[in-house]
Amino acid sequence: MDINSNKYTYLFSIVMVVIVAAMLSYAAIALKPAQDANIELEKKQEILSSINVVVQRDSAGPAFDQYIKQSLVIRNGKIVENPTQLAFNIDLAAAVSQPLETREVPLYVANVGGKEFYIIPMRGKGLWGPVWGNLSLEKDGNTVFGASFGHKSETPGLGAEISTVLFSGQFVGKKILNGSNFVSIAVVKSKTSSEHEVQGISGGTITSVGVQSMIQDCLAPYIEYLKTFGNTVAPAPVSADTLIAEVSSL
Amino acid sequence: MSKPKSGLFSKENRKLLADPFNMQNPVTVQVLGICSSLAITVKLQPAIVMGVSVLVVTAFSNLITSLLRNLIPNRIRIIVQLVVVAALVIIVDQILKAYVYDVSKQLSVFVGLIITNCILMGRIEAFALGNTPWKSFLDGIGNGAGYAVVLIVIAFIRELLGSGQLYGYQVVPTDWYLNPETGTGFYSNNGMMLLPPMALIVVAIIIWVQRSKFKDLIEK
Repeated sequence: MDINSNKYTYLFSIVMVVIVAAMLSYAAIALKPAQDANIELEKKQEILSSINVVVQRDSAGPAFDQYIKQSLVIRNGKIVENPTQLAFNIDLAAAVSQPLETREVPLYVANVGGKEFYIIPMRGKGLWGPVWGNLSLEKDGNTVFGASFGHKSETPGLGAEISTVLFSGQFVGKKILNGSNFVSIAVVKSKTSSEHEVQGISGGTITSVGVQSMIQDCLAPYIEYLKTFGNTVAPAPVSADTLIAEVSSL
Repeated sequence: MSKPKSGLFSKENRKLLADPFNMQNPVTVQVLGICSSLAITVKLQPAIVMGVSVLVVTAFSNLITSLLRNLIPNRIRIIVQLVVVAALVIIVDQILKAYVYDVSKQLSVFVGLIITNCILMGRIEAFALGNTPWKSFLDGIGNGAGYAVVLIVIAFIRELLGSGQLYGYQVVPTDWYLNPETGTGFYSNNGMMLLPPMALIVVAIIIWVQRSKFKDLIEK
């Protein structure tokens, strides 16, 4: 058979593509459970890092069960009783595209060293792809206790810097409410002048703006719920260092 | 037509394996695959994983292409080569994501970019299409290993001088580090080593050392 004839060339391509497609599908399906387990552990790791609990990915599962006491589903400022899906399984990317009134979002209640924290997962748009993060609030439902951010493909050295402690550390002690008004936390260019501002990444303006609108948008559904905590009572500030010490001694 | 059959590890076959380590090294002599060797050599672990991944892909893409070499229509041979390489790279990527997730995140796009690594297409086109499967397999292993070795040497130097660690373990004694508060210690890590330009300079130094030792490699 002439291997350079048109007929043979077409036949060869078709057979090759079918075989390769079958192989790749098999690999993708066979490895999916292991990959999903990794992604789930990473999600738990990221949630924990917003309350300054730093764990290896392998031990994220037990640590999550240890510190996260409750997972709630919040809809329009109220707890959803008997939610259709578990808070942890909510696809945040899909949730944030829904209007605020009907959006169902997760809220994790953590207990570290006897203190309660509320963790709000966030998701938004950066310059090149999605950005996400977790913001933990103290018991007053107002003061930020910690934050962690991640991104898919922001520019290294510029937008990608949001995942560093240098950026996320600024959020500690900031406030999301002013009296009973929701003001969120702005990411600004200049020196920060209030407790509602953090400094953005120079050269990463679009990512910084993306983080700002992500915080604004993702906190909104919780506000009515958070206000019920009575944020007028300011608890004594807890320093991250003492907490890490407490955590490691647990 | 029929040549005298040579043993699996005859002198000729051993040469296929050994040559890419030195006189035919894909990175330092042929200067292929430079992009990835600059990008992922900050630490040893990702460099080793990347080296092994490339080795697996070069070995098996050479083997598969060589097995098919009498069946591949000439007009679409580059496409066929690409499909073989791409399929292998996707499988490697999926396996890394499943079993060494952290490293696969560090390597990010560079695993996918193995497809465009010139070493692969170069070896398939220049060697596997004209040689028997076993020889092609050895040639693939040799070239993949030649690439991996250079990567590991660069990563060794960069991690040691840049972070004071090797494979994530601290090797420079922590007492040595200059402490601005107490004034003790004398050492600090070279931050430059963590940046891509230093990888280029390290590659250049390796090429320099190699060429001053083996004068045959110097271009006229």
